[in-house]
Amino acid sequence: MTTETLLSQQEAAIAEVLAAYPEKAKKSREKHLGVDMPEGVKGACDSTKSNKQTVPGVMSQRGCAYAGSKGVVWGPVKDMIHISHGPVGCGQYSRAGRRNYYIGTTGVDTYVTMNFTTDYNEKDIVFGGDKKLKAALAEIDALFPLNNGISIQSECPIGLIGDDIQAVAKGYKKESGKPTVAVSCEGFRGVSQSLGHHIANDMIRDEVLPDNSYKKDFVSTPYDVAIIGDYNIGGDAWSSRILLEEMGLRVIAQWSGDATYKELTIAPKAKINLLHCYRSMNYVVRHMEQEFGVPWMEYNFFGPSKTTESLRKIAAFFDETIQAKTEAVIAKYTEMTDKVIAKYRPKLEGKTVMLYVGGLRPRHVIGAYEDLGMKIIGTGYEFGHGDDYKRTKDELSGSTLIYDDTNEYELEQFVKRLKPDLVASGVKEKYVFQKMGLPFRQMHSWDYSGPYHGYDAFAIFAKDMDLALNSPVWAHTKAPWESN
Amino acid sequence: MQDVENIVNGQKLFLKPEYQEVFKNKKQFESNAGSTNPDKVIEIAKWTTTWEYREKNLAREHITINPAKACQPLGAVMAALGFENTMPYVHGSHGCVAYFRSYFTRHFKEPTPCVSDSMSESAAVFGGLSNMKEGLRNCKALYKPDMIAVSTTCMAEVIGDDLNAFVIGARKDAEGELDNTPIPAAHTPSFVGSHVTGYDNMMNAILQELNMVEEGVEVEKDAERINIIPGFEPYLGSLKEVKKIASMFSDKIVMIGDHEDQWNTPAGEYKLYAGGTPLAVAKTASTAKATISLQRYSTQATAKMIKNDWKQTYATCNPIGLGGTDEFVMKLSELTGKPVPAELTKLRGQLVDAMQDSYPYMHGKKFAIWGDPDFLLGVVSFLVEMGAIPVHVLCHNAPRKNWEKEMQAILEKCTFKEECHIWGGKDLWHLRSLLFTEPVDFMIGNVYGKELYRDTKIPLIRIGFPIFDRHHLHRYSISGYEGALNLLTWITNSVLDALDEETKEIAKTDFFFDSIR
Repeated sequence: MTTETLLSQQEAAIAEVLAAYPEKAKKSREKHLGVDMPEGVKGACDSTKSNKQTVPGVMSQRGCAYAGSKGVVWGPVKDMIHISHGPVGCGQYSRAGRRNYYIGTTGVDTYVTMNFTTDYNEKDIVFGGDKKLKAALAEIDALFPLNNGISIQSECPIGLIGDDIQAVAKGYKKESGKPTVAVSCEGFRGVSQSLGHHIANDMIRDEVLPDNSYKKDFVSTPYDVAIIGDYNIGGDAWSSRILLEEMGLRVIAQWSGDATYKELTIAPKAKINLLHCYRSMNYVVRHMEQEFGVPWMEYNFFGPSKTTESLRKIAAFFDETIQAKTEAVIAKYTEMTDKVIAKYRPKLEGKTVMLYVGGLRPRHVIGAYEDLGMKIIGTGYEFGHGDDYKRTKDELSGSTLIYDDTNEYELEQFVKRLKPDLVASGVKEKYVFQKMGLPFRQMHSWDYSGPYHGYDAFAIFAKDMDLALNSPVWAHTKAPWESN
Repeated sequence: MQDVENIVNGQKLFLKPEYQEVFKNKKQFESNAGSTNPDKVIEIAKWTTTWEYREKNLAREHITINPAKACQPLGAVMAALGFENTMPYVHGSHGCVAYFRSYFTRHFKEPTPCVSDSMSESAAVFGGLSNMKEGLRNCKALYKPDMIAVSTTCMAEVIGDDLNAFVIGARKDAEGELDNTPIPAAHTPSFVGSHVTGYDNMMNAILQELNMVEEGVEVEKDAERINIIPGFEPYLGSLKEVKKIASMFSDKIVMIGDHEDQWNTPAGEYKLYAGGTPLAVAKTASTAKATISLQRYSTQATAKMIKNDWKQTYATCNPIGLGGTDEFVMKLSELTGKPVPAELTKLRGQLVDAMQDSYPYMHGKKFAIWGDPDFLLGVVSFLVEMGAIPVHVLCHNAPRKNWEKEMQAILEKCTFKEECHIWGGKDLWHLRSLLFTEPVDFMIGNVYGKELYRDTKIPLIRIGFPIFDRHHLHRYSISGYEGALNLLTWITNSVLDALDEETKEIAKTDFFFDSIR
């Protein structure tokens, strides 16, 4: 397809979906949709509105502030207990719903896949739940003596009835001497999970980073770095960490997949903070820069091109020894990834992809697909902000449909019109597109495979994309007696 | 490093020595307690298996750990999807809906349509009326539903949104666009009851909305029509099975709230809505001579409404297991005035034959089981019919009234009744203590039992909701004679799997590794 045809199709698709909306919703939605290209004038990446209220009455793919804090930032911290404070549902639906891998004895010294909740009932709503919360904290410590702290993740009713959970946490922290943090991440706050990330970061800033207990005995080396904004989905942080270690760096903290409370507190001891998910953790690296003078750098470990570029960028921050080692690491793995590309690129070359995910992935994964010869024709963020879109423009290689906070209706229409070979999005969308006989990969959770970060993981990514696109099952969609 | 000829994913990648080295390196930064002191971990892990820990654990009153229940609006979504071209609409933040959709999607491996009106801070201050006005209109315009079933979240309930007034207001505001669209609305606060309560409230609201019964006006009854309300039923095969049995008696028996097709759509084309009770049929539900509910505790408010307003016979049958199905079949026979068809008698006979073939493997085996109230009444009665011992019957969302009494009556029939315990209002961390101190041979429950399996090594038989980590079990039936045969097959074969596992050691236990079981 020529660029012109693609462009006109993309523009037609937007016009088509907008036509279905009532006037008010249409006016709102048209600001979130557009087309952009790598070169030339201002495109959708510059003008798209983002981080705005979702149009009511649509099937949005967005989550809430609670999901951002409990599900993403705090929940993966493995040696702390995270209480879903409020009614039973939120904790239950988010229980083990993200594949934040960790190593530990669950229920004894690690707790990530468990669900602790104050299970609010009517009485708590009427009379307030502060007392119950306080008593719950004590029960937790009695039953889980190896916990290294507790976080309280508030659900909607808490903020609405005005419970003072901050005071409860402060009081308990004083009494028990244990880190106790109340995060006011009620689901109605903000427009998506994004505000939850920010609120969660602010609590790390205020309640965790000032804790010097582990910092004082910490012996620094010139090569200390921290991984920030990797949630270890399917083990991503581990397959990233190995590269940093091989290039001679010492990873002193990992936020927050497979993290411990101690790792949260010692991150300011790093010589540089390496930030993967910009959206969810840029707030706290900026703070660490300001408060502790720790510089930060973004990196992208999806696909060998981006990984190599990022490794060199990281190495440039250090001395020649590191740089030399880094080149050796790159050389070693490039041999392997070249073979991976030689094996899979012929099967994937020219295939088109439409993406719709959260966090950093709508832009970060583009390079990985391109390394396999695949082409992104549409991408968008569930909860991105303006700076995410600006960062996206650099990643585009052709005419690309840009959709912010798109919903199931729009995505379905876009896909029907543009007919990508692969859709890569989340579990709620997965079966919609598979029904149509379209290959699909979950790009929130790597579809129960992964990891996808780093060189070893790229081999898995390539294999998974081949599995998705070239499976014989898609050919069975139509019965032999049905005409095409 | 990856071997390109044999690329492995995380499961095997991280076992490679270089990754084990990474984990070792990381340990030094992790902590002083816990993970870096293996002796302490072993000591505490052991302590959590003791009677002392159990007493402490069972005494807790304020924290719930690993619940075996969910919240109201989830059930409301299921009830709504049982009706043709109906969009479930949740009045609240979209975060809740993202969770409901993911939860159902992971269980059924099917899309789950549901919208929200995306309430946020401004709604918290000013109320959600403007969200509802815009939301209902957008929902109608984009998804073209014939009915929009509105439920609430805890947020809307706490700020006290006037649901009925809002719906009326939104309808007026819509310039006619919503005129022919029924919009039943149910209060489903998440801090009351559980998902089965939400199912009940939504079903009640839908039936009331579609069957406006004016006071003092006698509804003309259809002498043959019978309604069946399935309840919160995660087994699509059960819905099919119940309909099949009903059709053997009469074609005037209809299922009200039939979500079978919605979560079982064929490949080839995506359609938002599939199957469901036609609204025309649901609209005449009040004219039926009788309604049968298959789940008493999922339909309590609905039952009350039907008995009071519709003035028709209302019966509860729980067609799980042999006795439960017998009762259902006899109730149908009684209500239709027709004898039990020979085909059903044959099916029953085949089931009993199978039960008699397999009973030695279930007889005297100890089980722990958890789930929703009606599910437990059914499956536990089947265990008792097979001579098994339901040692721990745990129901987190057991209603305050009657349920324990009803369960006790079932356990009274157990050959080993003194070994059976009912645990109402308890969670799965309680169960962990029970399993360590009073172990059983097998567990029956949902996906969250898998951690109990890892900790206690007690085999888990996955029956219940949700099940995320096994495929397609929800397509089968656990109701009717064929459903009972499924239960029998799953349980017996799990017992046999365990037996093979225990006897497979070469030259040690394999004298009992029989080819004939």
